Amino acid sequence: MTEQYAIECRQITKAFGSVVANDKINLTVRYGEIMALLGENGSGKTTLMNMLSGIYHPDSGSILIGGKEVSINSPVDSKNLGIGMIHQHFKLVDVFSAMDNIILGSHGRRLNRKSLREKIEELGHSFGLEIEPEKKIYDMSVSEKQTVEILKVLYRGAQILILDEPTAVLTPQETEKLFAILRRMKEQGCAIIIITHKLHEVLAISDRVTILRKGKSIDTVVTGECDEKKLTELMVGRPISLNIDRPRMENRETILKVVDLTVEKSDKTIALDDISFDIRTGEILGVAGVAGSGQKELCETLTGLMVAKKGAILYHKENIVGKSPAEIIRLGISMSFVPEDRLGMGLVASMGMVDNMLLKSYSEAKGPFVERGPARELAEKLIDKLGIVTPGVDMPVRLMSGGNVQKVLLGREIESSPQVLITAYPVRGLDINSSYTIYELLNEQKKKGVAVVYIGEDLDVLLELSDRIMVLCHGQVMGIEDADRLTKEQVGLMMTGARAEEVLGAGDDRVQKSDECMDAPGCVSDEGEEEKA
Amino acid sequence: MKEPLIRVVKKAELGRKETLILRLEAILLALVAGGLFILCLGQNPFVIYQTILTGALRSGMAIQATVKIAIPLLIASLGVTLAFKMRFWNIGAEGQIIMGGVFASYFALFHSGWNHWLLVIVMFIAGAVGGGLWGLIPAWFKTKYDTNETLFTLMLNYIALNVIVFLREGPWRDPGSQGYAKIARFDKNASLDRVFGIQFGWIIALVLLVLIWIYMNRSKQGYEISVVGESQETARYAGMNVKKVILRTMFLSGAVCGIGGMVQATGSDVTLTTAVAGGVGFTAIIVAWLAQLNPPAILLVTILFSILEKGSSVVQSSFGLSSDCADVLQGIILFFILGCELFIRYKFVFRGKGDVRA
Repeated sequence: MTEQYAIECRQITKAFGSVVANDKINLTVRYGEIMALLGENGSGKTTLMNMLSGIYHPDSGSILIGGKEVSINSPVDSKNLGIGMIHQHFKLVDVFSAMDNIILGSHGRRLNRKSLREKIEELGHSFGLEIEPEKKIYDMSVSEKQTVEILKVLYRGAQILILDEPTAVLTPQETEKLFAILRRMKEQGCAIIIITHKLHEVLAISDRVTILRKGKSIDTVVTGECDEKKLTELMVGRPISLNIDRPRMENRETILKVVDLTVEKSDKTIALDDISFDIRTGEILGVAGVAGSGQKELCETLTGLMVAKKGAILYHKENIVGKSPAEIIRLGISMSFVPEDRLGMGLVASMGMVDNMLLKSYSEAKGPFVERGPARELAEKLIDKLGIVTPGVDMPVRLMSGGNVQKVLLGREIESSPQVLITAYPVRGLDINSSYTIYELLNEQKKKGVAVVYIGEDLDVLLELSDRIMVLCHGQVMGIEDADRLTKEQVGLMMTGARAEEVLGAGDDRVQKSDECMDAPGCVSDEGEEEKA
Repeated sequence: MKEPLIRVVKKAELGRKETLILRLEAILLALVAGGLFILCLGQNPFVIYQTILTGALRSGMAIQATVKIAIPLLIASLGVTLAFKMRFWNIGAEGQIIMGGVFASYFALFHSGWNHWLLVIVMFIAGAVGGGLWGLIPAWFKTKYDTNETLFTLMLNYIALNVIVFLREGPWRDPGSQGYAKIARFDKNASLDRVFGIQFGWIIALVLLVLIWIYMNRSKQGYEISVVGESQETARYAGMNVKKVILRTMFLSGAVCGIGGMVQATGSDVTLTTAVAGGVGFTAIIVAWLAQLNPPAILLVTILFSILEKGSSVVQSSFGLSSDCADVLQGIILFFILGCELFIRYKFVFRGKGDVRA
């Protein structure tokens, strides 16, 4: 082989204990090329990249950078080789300015602030990055923080860039902007690896794709010769349908009515700002929004874990704001909540399934002791029903895979036959199969007449699964619309602060709406309710 | 960029048996290292080790003395275990023991005329309340102002210690003592009875052991402690009153330690001195961790520690080694046993030995 690659990984193997995360993986990237690394969670993408950035050391195999074999033993080595990694979770010092973060950890002569600022601005300019060097990180949006991360590695002269799921936290518009920047870098001769599991992004940005499955490199294909279907097949190992059902239910009625709800966080900043909407039975209400737009507070206020500053949540004209979860149950409303942080909030990581089943029901037993018998039965029932894979009901849940953990949590919440089921990012971190199982479970609940609230981040899924979509931005409701009337781009604009009326256009909006109502049954009743609200 | 000489690699989770073997190996290595230390002092390690064992267990009296050491240590270890299970770093067992002793001593000194069993029960309750309240203070500040409990409980130790000094120098000073101040010896009526020649605190300790074991593993409150310790978010999600659990558990933790103080003062010392806790509160932390917060294991570790302590004092008198040598030995053993935790989770790979499958 005469061609010189920016990165060449040969037969890389890495095991964690008995788990082989990377099994003889081969990967090549050229200069001036964007390579997408595609694979489900747990397929070994991040492990491989962590070896390039010096966080792990391969057990065997060799890494060649610019044609020379190297041994990367620390992030410093990696940096010296011109490799820059942008992690999924930003590694920035919050109280520092963008500039301070950029020069942090870089050696060499210290420039005075003025010339440094000019240098950073110039660097940013050459790649089309907009940045305010003196702005503090805590004042920045997610997309701005990412820009700082990118500049940080560019400032250190990185020729090879690794981005770990960079678009997970971005709106469609921000993603486009990022891609433009990446293309610019590519033109300047950088080698770029982008990790993602969003297929359409892979198709949009990359030149070649390497697919990993269960720690093995399955194939490398030229993007231009591929489509979503083929990529999915390679990723999952068999053809699967990517459609999500959306059964329409009749007799939807409002079960919870949220009126002028305002919620403050513990630091007195506004989390939810005067929002009103209603939750209906037999319906999935999708909630979209950039991370931290008030989703967490919304869930917790609905379930009684957080107290609202003002406003009301009405259940048959009774206000449940200010009531504890126990009091809400006593009113006869059974609510279940699948929180975002499964192991940190929904489950106890070090306990087995049995003890986790007890979490919501332990206090119901009579006397001072807990009853583990029924909990054990429930755990075994869930294993059968949902196909949970675990060596035993007493094994700590933290040792289970993400999909199984979510099944335990969702299973427990569904088993209490709720009237309202609130789920926050239920498929985050799950592989495709597990994700579809979760969608099915949610649809099943909807068919039973449960009112489902689905907080999601993948807009494609949100639009396909939900009946209605509510978009939050900085704690305000930008609009509540039927999902089939919205496009991804419209939701993206609303997520960044545009009102539904502006996005949809007030004029032709009416016309369109009435058109649709002709052939969509059940739409009429919706219409009426929306008018009232 | 050369490959480093040694790399640390995470291991697969070990089974119980492998873990046990590793721990036993650690103890063996500790004995070897301790033996080398003894050799350096010019003594025969086998003789010394044998003396430690026989010194602690050679006669009825020796065993009684060993058990006497074990009683407050066992009780205090159980006390801190309750707090540690909740991840509340109660470093204040020392102070809680002292306050338990102080509260109990009040009745021993000023109500010694009461019916004996009534007095014992009252002293028991007073000890628990004294220690409990002393444990409640940092817990209250923690829930109210989120203060750091490690520092808070540690500082309270010194306050408690000086409360005794104050009482000894002032209000409770024994008028009969000449020269230096001390608190009077308790009336016989106010001291604990003996069972098998040892004050019956050992029965209290064993009963507490069983009760706490059941409390932690079977009761709702024990379940709450585990959940709060693992994640307060989860506890809140499950509808638990986290503050209430913290306050209640720290009261109990302090109360158990306070009982230890009461038992030590009225059973062993038969007076109140500044040495009523004597570092037991700190040793208890080590015992609790070595036993992985498991009550039966705490009993085992306590017995081993007491043998080491009693045996060392025999070595000290019969071989003329200073008591510091015993401390060094204890330190070496702890070093190895705590150090082996690293080997349970990680292994070390040397350069050039490429393939490392676990």
